[in-house]
Amino acid sequence: MKMKLSAEDMAPVAFTVALFVIWEAACRLFRIDTFILPAPTDIFAAMVKYWWPLLKNSFVTLWTTMAGFAIAVVFGIALGIVVGWSRTIYRGLYPVMIGFNSVPKVAVVPILIMWFGIGEIPAILTAFLISFFPIVVNVATGLATTEPELEDVLRALGASKLDIMRKVGIPRTGPYLFGALKVGITLAFVGAVVSETIGANAGVGHLMVQAGSNFQMPLVFAGLMALAIQGILMYAVFAAFERRMVAWAFRSSTGAGG
Amino acid sequence: MIALDNVTLTYPGRTGPVTALAGTTLHVRRGEFAAVVGPSGCGKSTLMKLVTGLIRPTSGTVAVEDKPVTGPVKLAGMAFQNANLLPWRTVLANVMLPLEIVPPYRQRFSRDKAAFQDKAMALLNVVGLGAFADRFPWEMSGGMQQRASLCRALIHEPALLMLDEPFAALDAFTREELWCVLRDLWQKLGFTVILVTHDLREAGFLADTIHVMSARPGRIVETRAVDFARPRELDVCYTPDFTQLVHELRGRIAEARQAA
Ligand SMILES: Nc1ncnc2c1ncn2[C@@H]1O[C@H](COP(=O)(O)OP(=O)(O)OP(=O)(O)O)[C@@H](O)[C@H]1O
Ligand SMILES: [Mg+2]
Repeated sequence: MKMKLSAEDMAPVAFTVALFVIWEAACRLFRIDTFILPAPTDIFAAMVKYWWPLLKNSFVTLWTTMAGFAIAVVFGIALGIVVGWSRTIYRGLYPVMIGFNSVPKVAVVPILIMWFGIGEIPAILTAFLISFFPIVVNVATGLATTEPELEDVLRALGASKLDIMRKVGIPRTGPYLFGALKVGITLAFVGAVVSETIGANAGVGHLMVQAGSNFQMPLVFAGLMALAIQGILMYAVFAAFERRMVAWAFRSSTGAGG
Repeated sequence: MIALDNVTLTYPGRTGPVTALAGTTLHVRRGEFAAVVGPSGCGKSTLMKLVTGLIRPTSGTVAVEDKPVTGPVKLAGMAFQNANLLPWRTVLANVMLPLEIVPPYRQRFSRDKAAFQDKAMALLNVVGLGAFADRFPWEMSGGMQQRASLCRALIHEPALLMLDEPFAALDAFTREELWCVLRDLWQKLGFTVILVTHDLREAGFLADTIHVMSARPGRIVETRAVDFARPRELDVCYTPDFTQLVHELRGRIAEARQAA
């Protein structure tokens, strides 16, 4: 693969820059109050000025997200394999999981805070809860939807259920799993930040709430910017990971070059 | 080698029981090439699953090599209308899959991997895929995938090859080419074959015996021996005797469909 940047690759950057330029222009043209909507230059100034608290709190948000997400991945894959093991279990449990998944996890945050107190644990648990179900559901779906004919081929060779899982089920689940990871990391991030805004003593969410109550709007937006950067980076890391691990699932775009 | 006696199979079905086979009796000798033809939905695929032990008969007996079938038979290679190759494996790795599962190969797999690779390459060369071993299935045409699927069904030298409409999705030229590939492999290796097909010319060209099934619930209504001399060339398909055979079989199936 050549590392040539085409117009298509540059488009997202161009759009982002354009957005900031319009934003800045609008703020100046209509003289929008900094307490309502700070201009990008004000936000960047705040980012430079408060770089240390931003970095420190970003780090807290990052690690709580990662911790919650890591637990979700481990338990999600394990439960996904159990649920996907047989089509009967899958059919029975799938609706239950979808039900659980549709409970708004944000509603649980106050309970978690009451149980575990203000701190990082509610954020980790919220990140875990919110990203757990998509992983379970995707892994289980990947396993349970193995082509019956392929299973027949292997069973006629005398393959055990475990053989079929190892040779077909689990590799086949790859695209479902990595798709879920990509979505899950974003969700975990949302969960951690929401929990921080409700009750925490560190993290970008907490920083933003504090800045808000001190009417430091540029700092609130600087926090938002820090979140956006983190969110995009995490998504990009997992998207790249997905492309590497399950290249075969992107067959049309990888091309048939010899 | 294969004996189905008075086999009935009823699926529970979501909307009530479905009897796919009723009183089917079928015998296939060791090394015989048997073809099964019949109207769509008459239970041909069901018959294949019964022989390989993937499902158990509701009544009647199924025996392979004089032993009653109580579970998956473990000596069959199978290929279906869809090649069903694993998209994350190269063609070579796909073909070697059975060696990772069937004893005694599986115990020796990591030790003798190089030898197994040679074996798989030899087979791929026979079907004309030698140059494509490192490709992924989705980089190949349907006909090429079907060749690979055939190799996968044969790599572990099964005593029994079960083919369920393996050439149905191919164009006429590729199909005839693969008939010849299958004919040569069968003549060289001498396994037993049961081939399910809708193509009467395919059955006539390849098989020793053709079994005609009735509409659902299926049973064998006619068994025809095909005695064109071996080895057969494609030219045999254009002889009057062959046309006559195909014509008669066609009539038989039309009757079977009418009766439904
Ligand atoms: N799992 C199942 N549950 C219920 N009914 C089934 C099941 N599998 C097959 N059947 C029914 O049994 C009958 C025979 O099916 P089968 O797949 O054996 O037909 P077939 O002869 O292979 O058809 P075709 O030529 O179209 O492939 C059909 O009527 C089908 O609807
Ligand atoms: Mg069928």
